[in-house]
Amino acid sequence: MDSLRGKVAIVGAADTEVGVVPQLSATQLYVKGAKLALEDAGITKDDVDGLITCTSFVEPYMYHAEMIAEYMQIFPRYCLNVATGGGTTLAIMHHAASAIATGVCNTVLITMADNMLSGLSRDKAIEAMSTAGHAQFERPYGPPIPGFYAMLAQAHMHAYGTTSAQLAAVAVACRKHASMNPAAQMRQPISIDDVLNSRMIAHPLHLLDCSLVSDGGAAIVMTSAERAKSFKKKPVYMLGVGEGHSHEHLSQARSLTTSAAKEAGERAYAMAGLGPKDIDVAELYDCFTPVVIIELEDLGFCPKGEGGRFVEGGRIELGGDLPINTHGGLMSHCHPGHPGSLFSITEAVRQLRGECGPRQVKDAEVAFVHAQGGIMSTHCSMILGKENN
Amino acid sequence: MAAPGVKPVPVPTKETQPYWDGCKQHELRVQKCAACGHHQFYPRLYCTTCMSDRVEWVKTSGRATVLSYTIIYRPVTQAFAGNVPYVVALVTLAEGPQMMTNIVGCEPEKVYIGMPVQVTFDDWTEDISVPKFKPV
Ligand SMILES: [Zn+2]
Repeated sequence: MDSLRGKVAIVGAADTEVGVVPQLSATQLYVKGAKLALEDAGITKDDVDGLITCTSFVEPYMYHAEMIAEYMQIFPRYCLNVATGGGTTLAIMHHAASAIATGVCNTVLITMADNMLSGLSRDKAIEAMSTAGHAQFERPYGPPIPGFYAMLAQAHMHAYGTTSAQLAAVAVACRKHASMNPAAQMRQPISIDDVLNSRMIAHPLHLLDCSLVSDGGAAIVMTSAERAKSFKKKPVYMLGVGEGHSHEHLSQARSLTTSAAKEAGERAYAMAGLGPKDIDVAELYDCFTPVVIIELEDLGFCPKGEGGRFVEGGRIELGGDLPINTHGGLMSHCHPGHPGSLFSITEAVRQLRGECGPRQVKDAEVAFVHAQGGIMSTHCSMILGKENN
Repeated sequence: MAAPGVKPVPVPTKETQPYWDGCKQHELRVQKCAACGHHQFYPRLYCTTCMSDRVEWVKTSGRATVLSYTIIYRPVTQAFAGNVPYVVALVTLAEGPQMMTNIVGCEPEKVYIGMPVQVTFDDWTEDISVPKFKPV
């Protein structure tokens, strides 16, 4: 089959209110996000012939996408629910792009939401997440989610001399960007010392090395590059996409310091015909600070082992060589669970449209978005551009 | 999901029963492929290297090396609150496979990557003993 390069575009993108949103249920967040994205695209629900959702942790249904279709009274010819953790978003978009390019459907609405903060208590949410490990061979040892990532951080520090202050620089950059985003859940700027002095959760990760627990939803509308020209706003084109999958359980990981982000990134760059030097802004999955450092290396923004030094001195902040997570990311914008990386997509779309006001990356033409799910298990990279040539 | 306050006691399956039978006798077992000699953990129907079905249970030396670790200060559930701070680690067995475990029998701060460790068993119930590792 021909490459998907430039064949599909995002023509609508929107977020609901995020952070603490007790007034809306999980299902209502999905539907509100959908309505806002349809309005952004300038179409109605009757124009949608493909619907994709992620699973809701708080309000699960046996067939979740069917439920949202029923609730909205949409009758699609393509209807799919996907759950690959934080990687869900980009993997879903890969499916949608393939369906559009092969003529299975024309206009796909992707909506994702959850209310992990208000729908579940914080303790309950963390406890629920503890089912991430293998029931017989991991959970008996009591690893909380931050603990899995702490072992990745420890391995990276041991192998490459990465420091806690370097991990903290990631959290500081994300918070700085969130401080310029009125929609973000946490907007008070923080310093490296603030991160290092925050409570130790799972050594070497402090509280501020960890992402948030949030409510919120986001949605996008995708269609063919050809049809995209007739929509309300200027389309954002998918130039490259690639996935990498390495394990389900961390104890089965091939490597603790190199992830399948490497394969995902290489596949996305190859499709786009672009490389790390061509990227103006990167929205990287940041559930915990060490993940960003490993991704920067695996995605080719710096050599393996250099990630810690790369994030120093404001290089990943607005005005730096590679601004990342310009909305604040999972660490400071919001993290409702499965939907996490869809906010990276809606932000990348806004950056490429030039809608970001004070946090706009000047002349942004190519954006890189990366998501991972599980414990560095499933990876998907996407390269988006203002132009499709 | 385990209720708060109750540790997640493993429930053996047809595939994992021989492993837990070994643990009950304080013997750490993994599978070894009779066709290619590959050791694997967790247990599977076929060898992950050559897909042979001649995977046999063998007793390991119980020796391992710490691949990575973390010291947990915020317990995953209330059941582990009494253990804080505790060490969750990934270890590489002398035979090759890696597994998750707890490092016990030393101060958490004394654990390091590359540390040689030896299996020890924590008897949780009459039938389930959980393999953990302690410094050699
Ligand atoms: Zn074999």
